[in-house]
Amino acid sequence: MDLEKLVEQFKAKDIQAFEKLYEMYHHSIHGVIVNIVKKHDVAEEVMQDVFVKIWQKSDSYSKQKGRFFTWILNIARNAAIDTVRSKGYKTEKQNLSTDSFVDTIAGHDRLEHTTDAIGIKKFVEQLTETCKAIIDLLYFKGFTQSEASETLEIPIGTVKTRNRSCIKSLRAIVLR
Amino acid sequence: MDKNHYISSGILELYVAGALSEKENAEVYALLQKYPELLQEVLEIEGAVVALTAATSHGKTQHLLKSIKTKINNAEHTITPTITLQKQNYNWATYSGWAAALVLGVGLTWMVLQNKNLQSRIEISNTQQSLLEIQIENAKLNLNEANSLISILRDDAITKIDLGGQGHFTATYAKVYWDKDQQRIFLDAEGLPEPPKGKVYQVWSLTLAPLAPTSLGTITNFSDDTNKIFEISNPNKSEAFGITLEPLGGSKTPTMDQLYVLGTVNSTS
Repeated sequence: MDLEKLVEQFKAKDIQAFEKLYEMYHHSIHGVIVNIVKKHDVAEEVMQDVFVKIWQKSDSYSKQKGRFFTWILNIARNAAIDTVRSKGYKTEKQNLSTDSFVDTIAGHDRLEHTTDAIGIKKFVEQLTETCKAIIDLLYFKGFTQSEASETLEIPIGTVKTRNRSCIKSLRAIVLR
Repeated sequence: MDKNHYISSGILELYVAGALSEKENAEVYALLQKYPELLQEVLEIEGAVVALTAATSHGKTQHLLKSIKTKINNAEHTITPTITLQKQNYNWATYSGWAAALVLGVGLTWMVLQNKNLQSRIEISNTQQSLLEIQIENAKLNLNEANSLISILRDDAITKIDLGGQGHFTATYAKVYWDKDQQRIFLDAEGLPEPPKGKVYQVWSLTLAPLAPTSLGTITNFSDDTNKIFEISNPNKSEAFGITLEPLGGSKTPTMDQLYVLGTVNSTS
């Protein structure tokens, strides 16, 4: 199935196209959300809201603005961050972990079930601290390149090239 | 553009992350459309990121699709009433719009018809007016004719001859007013019946000794003439006048059994 066509059908409110897209991305979206909210029950709530929102706002997506995955990734990150920042959540601030995705991955038992997951777990274990931080900020937290540059105190150009080399080894595992 | 340099710059990884500005996103998209190698690169980066982010999920979210779909349905159902209302408003506006258009259309058609009606009335009036003008003209002509007849009748020089009914036609009569100076007669044929089809009255001037008829012509327009007074030229030294019924075109000699009226000129008058 051509992804672009599938997204077009989804934009035309084709529920089956929506289901297929859910199938393709729900693990990723959930992963990103859970990595921010840290609590599974909250993550499930946010996740549902995110996909409802994705369906309802399908009109606002345009491929000129970026990848479809990037679009839903952004919606998920924003929803998760909003939840964390919300009043009710602040009272449980002590529960929030500052850990990155690496800890989230390490905490899952299910990772042993797929070769990808095993590969990724190994990959993540071998990542440099810089790679972990860059990937966490750019992909899981939705930082812009300049925000990442400021946070990590490295030049923008370095953020780009470092990130590329971090992702390159990941690609080697995933797309073998 | 150096594609390899562009790829190795790391911008495509940031593109997938959504870490670029809107302007940069548009630029990257344009290049992806142009260079398939760049698109392939993006697909691979995306695949890797999808796998990585998925790895942070416990993988038990498939069941959520059902409740998401329920929420979508509920949301759409709760939205439905407002949509329906808006639809009704919209329909109301549309219907009233159409109704207004219809009223306007009917109105316009009515106006056009009225206009046509008025125009045809004007035409009728115009026709009636020209008919009246013709009537007036005819009346004037008749008046002139009557006036000239009156002046003729009053003229001393005119001799009046009564023509009496003859044979089977005793009920008929005619009068001749003879204007000798102008060598013409005015025949008043009101006492004659309409000639039968295919027949005409022929007027004769007669001398009595010897008895010799001279044709003054046939009256071809008897039916059309309203006052039945006919002006006929008569250069003869007439002693009597007679009228016979003859076939169309007239005869050389009068048909005596069809002699309707006859009258002699009173020598003394």
